[in-house]
Amino acid sequence: MRSYLALRLALIVPTVLAASIAVFVVMRVLPGDIVRTIAGDVPVSRETREALQEELGLNDSLPVQYGRWLWSMVNGEFGGRSLENREPIRSVIGRQLPVTLLLAGYAVLLSIFVSVPLGVLAAVWSNRWPDHIIRVTTLVGLALPNLWIALLVLLGLLLFFRWSPPIMYTTPWAGPWNHLQMMVWPTLLLAWEYSSHLVRVTRSSMLEALGRAYITTARSKGLPERTVVLRHALRNALIPTVTMVGLQTSALLSGTLILETIFGLPGIGRGLVQAALARDYPVVQSLASLLVFVSLFVNLLVDLLYTRLDPRISHAA
Amino acid sequence: MPIAKNSPDPRVSCARLFTKALSAICVFAWTRPLATLSIVALVSLTAVALLADVVATHDPLGQNVAERLSPPGADHYFGTDGFGRDIFSRVVYGARASLFVGFLSVSVAAVAGMGVGIVSAYSGGIVDLLVQRVVDVLLGFPFLVLAVIMVVALGSSPGSVAIAIALALAPQVARLSRASALSIKEEPYVEAARVIGAQAVKIMWRHVLPNSLPPVLAQVTGYLGAAVVAESTLSFLGLGVPPPYPSWGRMLQEGARHYFEAAPWATIFPGLALSLTVLASALLGDAVRDLLDPRRAQSLGRTPKR
Repeated sequence: MRSYLALRLALIVPTVLAASIAVFVVMRVLPGDIVRTIAGDVPVSRETREALQEELGLNDSLPVQYGRWLWSMVNGEFGGRSLENREPIRSVIGRQLPVTLLLAGYAVLLSIFVSVPLGVLAAVWSNRWPDHIIRVTTLVGLALPNLWIALLVLLGLLLFFRWSPPIMYTTPWAGPWNHLQMMVWPTLLLAWEYSSHLVRVTRSSMLEALGRAYITTARSKGLPERTVVLRHALRNALIPTVTMVGLQTSALLSGTLILETIFGLPGIGRGLVQAALARDYPVVQSLASLLVFVSLFVNLLVDLLYTRLDPRISHAA
Repeated sequence: MPIAKNSPDPRVSCARLFTKALSAICVFAWTRPLATLSIVALVSLTAVALLADVVATHDPLGQNVAERLSPPGADHYFGTDGFGRDIFSRVVYGARASLFVGFLSVSVAAVAGMGVGIVSAYSGGIVDLLVQRVVDVLLGFPFLVLAVIMVVALGSSPGSVAIAIALALAPQVARLSRASALSIKEEPYVEAARVIGAQAVKIMWRHVLPNSLPPVLAQVTGYLGAAVVAESTLSFLGLGVPPPYPSWGRMLQEGARHYFEAAPWATIFPGLALSLTVLASALLGDAVRDLLDPRRAQSLGRTPKR
């Protein structure tokens, strides 16, 4: 068990490094002339071009550029300054990261609290009306694009309730009511898609667990049904759910991108999109790397948790 | 008709074939209504996209300020937007961009993913290990983040958007086909082919590929919906196919940003088209998966003669 854990932990570093190289290569190697892109159609003089190249560090070889960028990501500078408004990227991240983390956190918590009971319900009452309703709702949540549902919800709120979300974002401690109003709909929409996956997995794994021999034994012992379901079946059925939580993390982060843009939340997702539109390469590079690191980190955490939950896995390295 | 007894009359055999095909289709439609529905929907969507010039009632780019923001009616089935452009025609032409990018990206992802997965599984050893690391890293990227940085790097043409989406889908296909190929690799006929000295490429092409295809295909048909949504999302965010050609995503963006309350139909109808495509693709994926599942008794309701 120890060696497996150590192996998984040791794999974090190369995976993260590889991801950072991937982002760096895509951003630096593929585009054409960065200077021309920044300047637009305005012809640039030789001095301006050289000064810009020097500032962006484009004159050094690629490995040196990568090393410098990696060092700045690690030591807190996060890639320097934005090309658009000269803001240090560190402060950009400091501003935007809490918003995204809060949104994702709310959605995950809500999903877990809602999905597990619903999944159990659907399994226990399988093929009766609660199950049908739950299955149709999850199918709709999975199939219909998040983008459009969010727009429809916003439209409905505007037209039928004359309500629109607040313009300015406030942190939960500075303006709790405002914060709640801004966050409630994106959280619900994000949680709907997330829960749909979780409910389906919980339902199918509960159904499988309930068909096992030990459940029949428990029932024949005369245990109340609630104990059978909750104490015996659920514990074993939760393992695939936990896996799904990890697997869906990257989908969750993609979802925050869309919802932050639609609802105007100043998070990393919206920041990435705006930087991409402005071709603000340093910001795009740093924010994309950050999102990738978060996703990888959560995946690895779930992997480790998984080995603790299912003792069979730890022995197969 | 003076025909020799042993030579079949071509007209009779043609008619027989036709009725057989027709009855097979009817049986299929009866036993699998959802699959039939999804196939019909997708085929008609593709037909509409290809025949856009015929189906559309107006010029999708034609502005008519006098009729701007008019609700759906006999003249404009889906209403008009802020510039007076007919939304029905724009949705029809938008189907072209979305379906083109969707089909292209799924095809590229399927080919690239299967190629990588099968080669990696068959080679084994250090090659397999390295390739799997790369696939794992790519899988760790959130889908949209990868697509966004690819579009920033490659530009905004339909081709580059398709490649960006394909790159985001390919690792999943690779992982799936690798798992499938790993089990095929152990089959006796592969071993036999190796023993008689067939080259690795030939074995992979003739044996491993066709047999590892079914589960991959079942999954990949579902990806069409994801690809179309991805294209629309990128267009919505402003990173997709450039204007003025209509794309559902950009119509959603324009509708949401400029005339949300004044003309809700500008937002509703493109989204409806998008959802229909996604639903049809998901249903088709389910149907293909059911069809190819070896645990199913018999397809098309025919029972084996015992």
